[in-house]
Parts: sequence; C-alpha cells; structure tokens
Amino acid sequence: MALVEEHDLGTPASKGEAQVRLTIDGRAVTVPEGTSIMRAARDAGIDVPKLCATDSVKAFGSCRMCLVEIEGRAGTPASCTTPVTAGMAVRTQTPLLKELRRGVMELYISDHPLDCLTCAANGDCELQDMAGAVGLREVRYGYAGENHLQDKKDETNPYFTYDPSKCIVCSRCVRACEETQGTFALTIDGRGFASRVSPGMSENFFDSECVSCGACVQACPTATLIEKSVVDIGQPEHSVVTTCAYCGVGCAFKAEMRGDEVVRMVPYKDGKANHGHSCVKGRFAWGYTTHKDRILEPMIRRRVDEPWRTVSWDEAIAYTASEFKRIQAKYGRLSIGGITSSRCTNEETFLVQKLVRAGFGNNNVDTCARVCHAPTGYGLKTTFGTSAGTQDFDSVEHSDVIMIVGANPTDAHPVFASRIKKRAREGAQIIVIDPRRIDLVHSPRVQAAHHLALRPGTNVAVLTSLAHVIVTEGLVDDAFVRERCEADAFAAWAAFVGQPQNSPEAVEKVSGVPAETIRGAARLYATGGNGAIYYGLGVTEHSQGSTAVMAIANLAMATGNIGKPGVGVNPLRGQNNVQGSCDMGSFPHELVGYRHLSDDTARGMFEALWGMRLDPEPGLRIPNMFDAAVDGRFKGIYIQGEDVLQSDPNTKHVTAALAAMECVVVHDLFLTETANFAHVFLPGSTFLEKNGTFTNAERRIQPVRKVISPRNGHEDWEVTQLIARAMGQDWKYTHPLQVMDEIARLTPTFAGVSFAKLDALGSIQWPCNDKAPEGTPVMHAGGFVRGKGKFVITEYVATDEKVGPRFPLLLTTGRVLMQYNVGIQTRRTKNVAWREEDLLEIHPHDAEERGIKDGDLVKLASRKAETSLRAHVTDRVAPGVVYTTFHNPLTQTNVVTTEYSDWATECPEYKVTAVQVSRTNGPTEWQQDYAEIGRRNRHLPEPVAGE
Amino acid sequence: MNERSWNPERITEIVSAHAHLEGPLLPILHAVQAEFGFIPRDAIPVIAKGLNVTRAEVYGVVSFYHDFREQPAGRRVVKICRAEACQSMGGRTLAERVLKHFGTDWGGTSSDGAVTIGPVYCLGLCSVAPAALIDGEPHARLDMPTLVKAVEAKP
Repeated sequence: MALVEEHDLGTPASKGEAQVRLTIDGRAVTVPEGTSIMRAARDAGIDVPKLCATDSVKAFGSCRMCLVEIEGRAGTPASCTTPVTAGMAVRTQTPLLKELRRGVMELYISDHPLDCLTCAANGDCELQDMAGAVGLREVRYGYAGENHLQDKKDETNPYFTYDPSKCIVCSRCVRACEETQGTFALTIDGRGFASRVSPGMSENFFDSECVSCGACVQACPTATLIEKSVVDIGQPEHSVVTTCAYCGVGCAFKAEMRGDEVVRMVPYKDGKANHGHSCVKGRFAWGYTTHKDRILEPMIRRRVDEPWRTVSWDEAIAYTASEFKRIQAKYGRLSIGGITSSRCTNEETFLVQKLVRAGFGNNNVDTCARVCHAPTGYGLKTTFGTSAGTQDFDSVEHSDVIMIVGANPTDAHPVFASRIKKRAREGAQIIVIDPRRIDLVHSPRVQAAHHLALRPGTNVAVLTSLAHVIVTEGLVDDAFVRERCEADAFAAWAAFVGQPQNSPEAVEKVSGVPAETIRGAARLYATGGNGAIYYGLGVTEHSQGSTAVMAIANLAMATGNIGKPGVGVNPLRGQNNVQGSCDMGSFPHELVGYRHLSDDTARGMFEALWGMRLDPEPGLRIPNMFDAAVDGRFKGIYIQGEDVLQSDPNTKHVTAALAAMECVVVHDLFLTETANFAHVFLPGSTFLEKNGTFTNAERRIQPVRKVISPRNGHEDWEVTQLIARAMGQDWKYTHPLQVMDEIARLTPTFAGVSFAKLDALGSIQWPCNDKAPEGTPVMHAGGFVRGKGKFVITEYVATDEKVGPRFPLLLTTGRVLMQYNVGIQTRRTKNVAWREEDLLEIHPHDAEERGIKDGDLVKLASRKAETSLRAHVTDRVAPGVVYTTFHNPLTQTNVVTTEYSDWATECPEYKVTAVQVSRTNGPTEWQQDYAEIGRRNRHLPEPVAGE
Repeated sequence: MNERSWNPERITEIVSAHAHLEGPLLPILHAVQAEFGFIPRDAIPVIAKGLNVTRAEVYGVVSFYHDFREQPAGRRVVKICRAEACQSMGGRTLAERVLKHFGTDWGGTSSDGAVTIGPVYCLGLCSVAPAALIDGEPHARLDMPTLVKAVEAKP
C-alpha cells in the first residue's frame, strides 16, 4: 500500500463554459475559459514550479516561481494569475525562466534553516521539491545576512505547531483561513522583509480567533504549520480513504498511516461532502481511539453493584445469549429488545435490527435517532414521500437565500457552515430562526438579513406565520403548486394559514419575534431567488417537532423551492450515520427503506430471504422500553454505541428503567454512564477499525475502511453476528459487503448499491437503482416521490412545559464546536484544552436579577430535578432563555429535561424546559447520588483498574 | 497634536461615523490616529467589532502601513526623505546627524518625547533637496541648523 497522492492543480477550477485551446511547451490543451495557465499546464501533464499557489484557494501571484514566457508578449507573467486565451503559445522552461527561478529560490533559501534532514516535513515539503525542480546549487547571498532563523515557535495549539523560522510568507495559510474556512483569524503582520504570519494581533494560535480547522496546516507548503503528530511520529508511508465518524456532514479523510499507527487524518479533496476541508474534530480529535480508558476485553457481572469480571469473548457471548433466552422464557418473547447506533455503520445497524426481528422474534428495536430526527422522517415522508433531505451539499453554491432553523452549523456542522459562509460572502442572504444569536446571525464577515429570535417552543407558530405572509401577500409560486402539489390540501392549508391567529402581529405576542421581522423574512425567502432551508434539532426536539418539519416542507412547496439545485429542505444530522440508521430499519414499525411492517409485500421479501415469519406488530420505542422496564415487563436490552443514560431525557427515569432490567448489554468503546447499569460490557471498535458505510445528511453512502485491526478483537458487526449465532441464527457473513448486498436485495432505493460501486464512484446518494444507477443528488426533481406534494395544516399548540413563578426561565440545549454529543469521544482528546465543562448561558439581565456573575456556580432546577454548573453571562441568549450543552456527565444536563415529546414520534422535547437558576456552592443532591452510583457500579477488574 | 487618552466609546463613535463609506477601514484608522496620535492596540478589537471583521484583519492593515503608529509619537513628527535626489544632495549625512542629535533611530522617538523621526521616500521636492516633512509641512533645502531649528521651533 502506498500514500494516496492528490495532484495539486495550482488554482481552483474555472466555472467558465466556453472552451479555450492553447499550446503549452508545444502540447495542445483545451480548457474552460478563465482557467489559469498553471492549471491548463497541469492538465497537459506539465508541472510549472510553484510555491504560493494551491488549488484550494485563489491565485495570489506572490512567489514568482511559476513565471512563464508567452509568445508575442513581453516579460514573464505568473502562470497562476494569468488566464489562458485562445491560441496562446506558452513556454514553461526556458533559459531565462531557469535563471529567474533559481534567483528567486536563492533568496528564499538565504532566509531558511538548512535543517532538512531533521525537519518533520522532510520528504513532504514543497520548498524542498522546488529547490530540486529549479536546480538550486548555491546561494550566492550566503546565510549570514539578516534572517528570521531565531523566530520562536508557537506550540500553543494542541494539534499543530507554527514555526515562523521556516515560513516563506506565501500566505497560503492566511488565504485558506479566509477562503476555505471563512474565519479570517490569520493575517500578515508588517511588510517587506519584516512580514510574518500572525494569528490575530500577533498573538499565539490558541488565544487568537483560530478554530483549529486545520485548513492552514493543510495549505502550508513547508514545515511552518505542521501536525504535532507528524513531528512525533514521522512521515506516513501509506494512506486509506475513509469517512469521518463525527457529525452528519460526512467528510472524507485520508487516514495517513505509519504501519499500524495513524499519523494524521487529512481531508480528502475528492470527498463530495467536504471537498478537502475539515473541522477540528475530524481533522485532529481522533486521539480517543487509542485512549487508555478504552475497554478492550469483554466483561460480565451478575449484579450491577458487583465488580466487573473480565472474560473471554466466548463466555461473554454465551452469557448474553443465555440471559436473553432465560428472560424470554420467563417474561415472554417481548421482554427484550435492542437499540441501534447512529454512530455505527449501516451494515452494523442493519444487523442489530435483524438480530432483534429475526433473533429475538419481536420488533423492539429503536435507534438514537428517536431522540433527534425521528420527526424529520415522519414530516418529510408525509409531505414529500421520502424521509430524507432533498439536496446535496453542493446545492448551497446555487442558493440565494439560506434559511437556518434551529441549527448551529458553525459549531455542529462546521465544514458545511464554511460553505454557507462562503456563499454568503458571494452575496447570498441568511435568515436565522433560533432563540440564540448563533454565529451565523452575526460574527466577523457574517451578518444575517433577519434573525427571528423566537421563544423556545414557538417554531410552529413562527413557521406558520411565514406561510401566512407568503399566502396573504400573494407570494405563492402558483405554477409550482398547481403542477406539483395536491390541490385540495393546498387550498385547505392556504385558508388555514391565512387566518388571523397566524398573522405575524398575532404570532409576535406568542413568539416574541417582531411582526415586521417575520414579514421581512417571509418576503425574502419567497422572492429572493433560490431559497434553501437547513434545519436541526432545534426544530425536531419539540412537542410539535413533526409539525414544524411539515411547516418547513409547506414553505418550500408554496414557494416552489423544491426539485433543483440551490433550494430544498435539508435536515442537518447530528451524528455521522443518523440518516443511515433510519434508512436501515431501526424503527420499531419500519423495515429497511421506511416500509411499514404491516406492508405484507415488503415484510414478505424479508420473510422469504430470511426464511422465517416476522412479527407484523410494531415493537417498543425507546421511551416505551423504559416505561415497560419500570413496569417490570421489559427485562433485557442490547445497546450498541449509545449512552442512553446521558443522552436521553429525564435521566432519573432512564436510571430507574435500566436498574429494573436483568440483562443490560452495552457494546461500546468506553465504560459509558449507561454501562454503570450494565451486566455485560462488549468492547466496541472505532471507525478506524472496521469496514462498512456511513450515510450522511445528503443521503450520501460513503465507505468506511478499516485502517487498523480492531484493538478489541472484533468489528462491531462481528460481535452482533456472534450474539445472533448464539441465539440460534444461522448467519454467515464474512465481510460487510455481503450485508450491503442483502440490503440492496431487500430495498428498492438501495438496489443499485454495492461496495464495488462505492469503490468505483467514491460515494452514492440514494435512491440508487435502475432509474438512477449512479444515485440521486437532488430529489423530487420531476415530481414528488409520493406523487403530488402534500400540504399539511400546522396548527400551533403550545407545549405543556410552561414557565411559571417557580420556573420562570426556558432552558434550551445544544452543542459547542470542540465537543460532540455526550462527549465520550471528544472529552478523551486534546479538545478539552478549549472547553470541557458545560456552561449555562444566561442573559445579563436575568443574571443580575439573581446576583449571578460570569463563572459563578449555579443551580439549574426544573420540575424534574436539579443539577449545577457554571454560568456564562452573555447576551447571545434573550432575556428569559438559558442555554447549555450536554457534553459532560458531571453536569447531567438531561436530568432536568422532561418526558414531554413529539406527538407523532415521541422525540423528546429537549429544547424546552422551564427552569429556575440560582447561585449555589456545590453539586446538587442528584449529582452527589449519581456520583456515588458511578463509584459503586464502575468497579473495574484489578488489572485494568491498576492502569 | 490634539492627543487625548483614548476610550472604546470614542473609537466606536469614529467607526460609526465612517461606516457608510466604501472601504471604511483606512479612513477610520486615519481618524483614530489624528485624534489620539496613534492606533492603540486595544482599539483594534473595537474597530474590528464595529466593522464586523476579525481583529487579525484590522491588525494586518495597521501593521502594513508604517504611518500608523502603535505607540504615541513625539511632540513633533519629522519625516526625512531618503530617496535618490535627496541622497545625492547630502540627505543621508543630514539624516544620520539629525538622528544622532536627537539620540534616536529611524522610527524612534527622542527620550524627552520631543520628536519622532521617520523616513519617507520622495516628497516630490527633488529640485529643492534635501527635504523633509515636519508635522506634515514640507521643508526644503535643509541643512543641520535649519532642520534642528525648525524642529525645535514652537509649533
């Protein structure tokens, strides 16, 4: 195996349409108008020397290495900044150019340390390559002149170093920070010989505005900006393309390896979701994979207050199967179930639900998507006919108006946020509907046209009010509606939204959003050109989550913003494989591909292939499993890759449910909070240790490739298969590709998917079948999947969770850039240098009223329970609203959230909890009790505990 | 020069007064320097916030132009021409002697805070070289006594 080489074409692709023919060094080449000579030369197989050019950022023309001669033109223009013209005859190697390039290189090297042999970039340095390419043999200026060789290194960033003594001031890093990432954290300090790259105001990287996305490191041609892991380990010798396991953007990375050790993760230019960009999590935060806390051997115990006992895989699996069989014999077939994970692969998820349906003989399978995007599935299926977003990410390049609802992309989907920001810098307008002033409302170089800072829980009122304006002001795309949507449903909907209670003036009273802002946003979305809606869990995690999703779909249909690039309705998925886990039949009522269990034809396909009868009755959803457990009817569960205790709402109820079960099997990387209540712990494998596929938020199925062998001994799908066999199933999978073949056989939308095709195409957006053999970037292009689009009436019903004198504030929750979900991975990386604890954001007014200062420890109390955490006083949140994250188990944010949930899907109402905040001086009773449970139930076997 | 101690509120006012311009950063920096005699480091984040750009972007511009000072200047600011015509008329020697006289170096300020001396490259006064600017006013056909006298004269 070798390194996956990506050829740098020097300048970005031109979007020109006309073709231009020219000759370079006598070779004819035809390229799109607007292409640089440098890029055209590379197309012709000719590498022009270069230093400041790279194809991820615009040409700059500063290094003077890429000079060329053009017949009939005086001088030696830079090939990176000179566009091609028809008939041009270019020469890239002449005696004059050779002299010039050598001369320039001599100047560079006269101020560069001559330490190639001990330099971390040795072998991967463009300066070194160019010195060779131009034939540098001597430096006439010597090395004793004025130089920067004593400049001090900046090692403050946990993941990379900045060594200014090696810097050639090509500005690639500065430009990458601006153009690729859109953070503008870097500049050039000074001018002329004094010029130096400067984070912020000549600060260190850590204190600057840098978000550690790695774009600068990626762009640097020398060792000036380099990963600390490369400094520590050395240059990689082979690499494997795989898919990031953090958020739903699904960035493709090259895992660059040295033997069995990951040297670095490098964003892959051919990745269709990220096009060579990354964020701090995917790029750098993979240290958890080798963290000492990982449990690598199976463990069992009869009771949760007993110490864990390390056992062989055989014993662990046999124990699991015998317990599940015993429980079913004693309490009935329906007394056990399983939970699939949105962090595992499609194949693993498929096998867990197959284990439940075929092995357990019931449909008690659900997925963590229950608690995030279940309303998306319901809402988009009802209105459009497919439980998925309508676009690919590239679509945003064609958007004129980008509406963000209940999502915080710069923190939760950073790579896509960079694309939104880039498009906004090109002129697209942003509308944000969110209680908080997120960075896409206002941050350097970003200014939303409208921010609808609504009171948590009033999404449906505000979205319906937008529709009111569109309908009553005559902004409906009548032609689209007439041709593409159900007429009766539209008429009923239009009459409903036009009613006075949906007017912005009426909704202002409920939502706190000024009527004029609602009107302005509605007009802009309806008339501003291509309008795209991206939404997150701020939409779904409500008692009216499904209604809000349908309200969004209504808006898109009414304005004709469906079925072409630049428009659409797109859920931003929190975890890497939320889309996939939903696709794979993880819900208790649905088979793979969103077909209801009661559909005899669909169920028949599974029964025929698996050779058994399946129970046609839907099983229990996660909250029902917990309820049934507390009632004593549900006694055993297999949980793959999800920490329900920390992530699900109403922690005390979850705790009681887990404590009431007789066999809780946790299959995970670490001893999670849920594992405190487990009887069997099966070590899981990380995304670097297995084969399979993830499906990102744009329905893109992407390969996950094994780069190291599983440190725990088994890929997760193998473990599920071991359980299935022990439960009497005759499974014979030897590779996940066979699982995908089975999925393809059983699922019309996946019929054309195979590992071979994924290897050939890189990725595939479903549906992929005979009608769309290479997949479907934009859905509903010619017509809706369900036939005609269906408008649904979205009456606003206030949540039962209401503020009152005892609980006067509304709590809403979210994520920060540096942490991910329950933090089980990111808390075990150097990301903790930026942020480890959960903070409670509170408005200065509310803080002052309570005598709370920034950094004070405060008690956060709801009707359910109390926890304590530190306060951050900020006007990012409106008065009356507080905000926090749920990354840290010491906070146990979800102990305060309630059991209220979406009416259609039971997705919990995380985003609205009535709370009170007060100063405190220590942990709450619950935190103390839970810490004691943790201490008691976490007993590790001796050898591991001694580490 | 009308130097006062700077404050963020006044910087914000200056930013607002220029925000309507196309490319407002340079006029803002000039206005700040005109009012306070230099661009205080801590004013940079305030300007950045006002223009909704990063402090790196503002700092890059401030540090690029030698005329934007990061420290307060002396009571008089002298810019001596170092371009060819002035050099040929003894400008180099003149400059060396002036710097020595005031005990400072290029870009520096005399220890008594009386004068800041910097270079400039051609004032278009080649026919009356050597030349210099004193507090923005051109002075020509300079020699040591005339220059020192001009600098030490009451403003």
